[in-house]
Amino acid sequence: MDDSDDIVKEFLVESYENLDRLDRELVGLEKNPEDRDALASVFRTIHTIKGTCGFLGFNKLEAVAHVGESLLTRLRDRQLILNPEITTALLSMVDAVRQMLSQIETAGQEGERDDSVLIATLSRLQHAPEAPAEASAETPAKTKTKRKTRTKSAAAPVPESAPEAADLPPNIGDLLMQRAGVTAAEVQLAAKQQKEGDPRHMGEILVEHGAAAPADVVDALRVQQSSRGPATASDSSIRVDVGLLDKVMNLVGELVLARNQVLQFANRMQDTSFLAASQHLNLITTELQAGVMKTRMQPIGNIWSQFPRTVRDVALGCGKEVGIEMEGKETELDKTIIEAIKDPLTHLVRNSVDHGIELPEERVKAGKNRVGRLILRAFHEGGQVNIEISDDGAGLNVERLRKKAVERGVITTEQAARMTEREIFNLIFLPGFSTAEKVTNVSGRGVGMDVVKTNVEKIGGTVDVQSTPGRGTTVRVKIPLTLAIIPALVVTCGGDRYAIPQVSLLELVRLEADEVAKGIELVHGAPIYRLRGRLLPLVYLNQELKLAADARPAKEQDGAVNIVVLQADERQFGLVVDQINDTEEIVVKPLRKQLKTVKTFAGSSIMGDGKVALILDVLGLAQRASVVTETRDRAMTGKVTEAAANAGEKQTFLLFAGPGDSRMAIPLSTLARLEEFPVAQVEMSGSQWVTQYRGQILPLIRLNVVMEERRNRLRALQAPPTADSAPIQVLVLHHDGRSFGLVVERILDIVEDRADVRSASTRASVLYSVLIGDRVTELLDIPAILGSADMSATATQPGLARAAEVTN
Amino acid sequence: MAHTSIHTSQFCTFYLDKLLFGVELKGVQEVIRSLDMTKVPLAPAVVSGLINLRGQIVTAVDLRRRLELAPRPADMLPMNVVVRSEDGAVSLLVDEIGDVVEVEEDSFEPPPETLRGSVRTLILGVHKLNDRLLHVLDIEKACQMTDVVETAAAGR
Repeated sequence: MDDSDDIVKEFLVESYENLDRLDRELVGLEKNPEDRDALASVFRTIHTIKGTCGFLGFNKLEAVAHVGESLLTRLRDRQLILNPEITTALLSMVDAVRQMLSQIETAGQEGERDDSVLIATLSRLQHAPEAPAEASAETPAKTKTKRKTRTKSAAAPVPESAPEAADLPPNIGDLLMQRAGVTAAEVQLAAKQQKEGDPRHMGEILVEHGAAAPADVVDALRVQQSSRGPATASDSSIRVDVGLLDKVMNLVGELVLARNQVLQFANRMQDTSFLAASQHLNLITTELQAGVMKTRMQPIGNIWSQFPRTVRDVALGCGKEVGIEMEGKETELDKTIIEAIKDPLTHLVRNSVDHGIELPEERVKAGKNRVGRLILRAFHEGGQVNIEISDDGAGLNVERLRKKAVERGVITTEQAARMTEREIFNLIFLPGFSTAEKVTNVSGRGVGMDVVKTNVEKIGGTVDVQSTPGRGTTVRVKIPLTLAIIPALVVTCGGDRYAIPQVSLLELVRLEADEVAKGIELVHGAPIYRLRGRLLPLVYLNQELKLAADARPAKEQDGAVNIVVLQADERQFGLVVDQINDTEEIVVKPLRKQLKTVKTFAGSSIMGDGKVALILDVLGLAQRASVVTETRDRAMTGKVTEAAANAGEKQTFLLFAGPGDSRMAIPLSTLARLEEFPVAQVEMSGSQWVTQYRGQILPLIRLNVVMEERRNRLRALQAPPTADSAPIQVLVLHHDGRSFGLVVERILDIVEDRADVRSASTRASVLYSVLIGDRVTELLDIPAILGSADMSATATQPGLARAAEVTN
Repeated sequence: MAHTSIHTSQFCTFYLDKLLFGVELKGVQEVIRSLDMTKVPLAPAVVSGLINLRGQIVTAVDLRRRLELAPRPADMLPMNVVVRSEDGAVSLLVDEIGDVVEVEEDSFEPPPETLRGSVRTLILGVHKLNDRLLHVLDIEKACQMTDVVETAAAGR
């Protein structure tokens, strides 16, 4: 409900503005009926109002706007020439629309009203090119004064509409009687004239009769207006120049710094009243800053809100059924960016409905729901905003695209053969490229996608398209935030601070001086760190930025090393910095053109103390340090095998060494934690090994016992832990609501693999042997292990029971 | 430019390595004392860093480097002449600020033929003042970084 309220509110603000413009334009048009541009603009405005009304279910409003639009169509097509009568009728339509809008605003609905007279007038004018003389009896001069009054009296109730509510403002006749000394008789006369069919307002008639001065009427109207109660939507919001907001924002930033200085000063003073005043200043500044920050940011939902209507229109137009879903509506974007991407996004949405989603019959034939899905998704990532437009339609046809591209001479046959699927998909962004079977009025004319690309690139963004035949297409638009607030980690290196966008940040590792030598190893000269068994390439920020001539002194005085683990393009690396400061919300400011060539920085920001800090571009940095090129290659080969395999999902496995150093794995999803217990902590409960773990007794299953041949098993089972042996490695697992620990020899790695080459297992407790990382690995059958271990800590086998201290 | 049609024009003057330079006054936003600067690693050498000008982040260009003059002594704090370029405000770092001078059109001469290198593209010409020469700097060119790389490469 809230949503639709917002839509209505937005519609009202927009429509009020449009109506004001309509008034101006209609007036201008009358003076210069040949002004095609003005006429087109009027037409568009009415059209917009009509469209939105229909969407919001304001049928009466739509009906009125519709006849007005039809009339304007004829004018636009030069089948009619604008004459005063038509202008008047159109203006009364504007008035009627405005009244209905205020009714909607106060009461939430159109109310009971009868516009049949107005509608009849408008239709009559439309069908009678030669307007009857008696209908346009008024001289143009008269019309002019009349129109003027009418425009101003826009909010006054039209006489023929019956009063809708008791709290309606006082009527104009009463007001004039009270304020301007107009006699009751004159008002009655005017009212009678109105009843007899004079379409004009009370005020106008009185002015014509000479009973009231125009100024009095205007005055009375103002009184009437002010008694209308709460401010209207158009009164409560204004449009502000973005440049001005920028300026205010910068000044607030400065104020924050000045405030900081005052606070520091205040701390050194003994004067309590000064201290109180500075605290007050502090609070106000903080709130002011938050408020100003908010002014420029707008949720992307503001532009998305029109899309349901767009989708409905286009879908209806081409006989499709499409539902629209939105995620991340609240994602905030800079105002200027919101405006710049509005048109490209609209085009993409129309395109998805028109081209992407199939006709209902085709969808049913393909085994899909007849209603197509269009999903809009927005989120922040790496200091950028990602907007995805996905459909579950037919997807792009690679072969057709390839053929078309060659036909059109865009690429040669050889090129086409060499191009990857993705490159082929991206051909749709070339000018004059459309694969639509037939040209519709929506899309297929081959203009559009290239314009989308150009417009997105103009604001520094990128467009990419991905598609799976039969499954759908996703267009991903990435745009930078010229002015957005992002959480960032602030680090120091070479005496300067740098901000790292939080989205790229995975974790922080600190190696104390004594761990450094052991922790950081060299692989062919390249430093790496073992992070939970994985090799993490290290990048020294001071080296990459050429801050220090000597090699990697990135240590604190005490010799500790700080590693910021970052993610770039699905590849992780560790960034070694001098010092890790804090996380902060920073305002991203783009770098000037002079510095755009430096790819390692995504922007700059002003820190709390007024100094400038650079924002690291994690991907740029990774590319500079050649961390990422490798991934690209790996991703490539991955893709090839994927295409070859063409089935099965990738899964993440925990690899470990089982009994006899055999390579074993369990799906990572079954794992709760990895633990290491000293043997001294292992106790016996019956013949069961247990340990105290997080306030519970955790049964431990020794894999070497479970996997042991039956005859040796008893002996092995009874063996108590030997106190001097190395700590045991335990995988804590949850199964069927129980927790237990699986004792293994060594933990090897965590890998992602398809694991689809399988062979039947040779022993119990193993599901099957699979190839993980190109080596044969046994995948454990956890339920079977539980069964064979018979591990309920309580149900110990009596025959095997030994005297053992039972804890707690 | 300035010397085309008007009779007199005003210049904001400043010193670099004891030479007198000037930029057209209407292109100057403000002149401020030395500010804290943040280095930009990997940036062209002429970029001294970024400064915070009341909430606006402005690139500071070391004019000594830009004009291929001797480096500024370490103990000399530069002044900022903030100029308006096509790409927003840019701060030009200079040694010392001079007066605002008004010069007549006819004292202007194009740069001498012997002036070579990237400097030639930056200096529009000179005004002959009574006691010395005023070098007129092209603000747009001085603020362009890409040009530096090219000319530097070409000069070699």
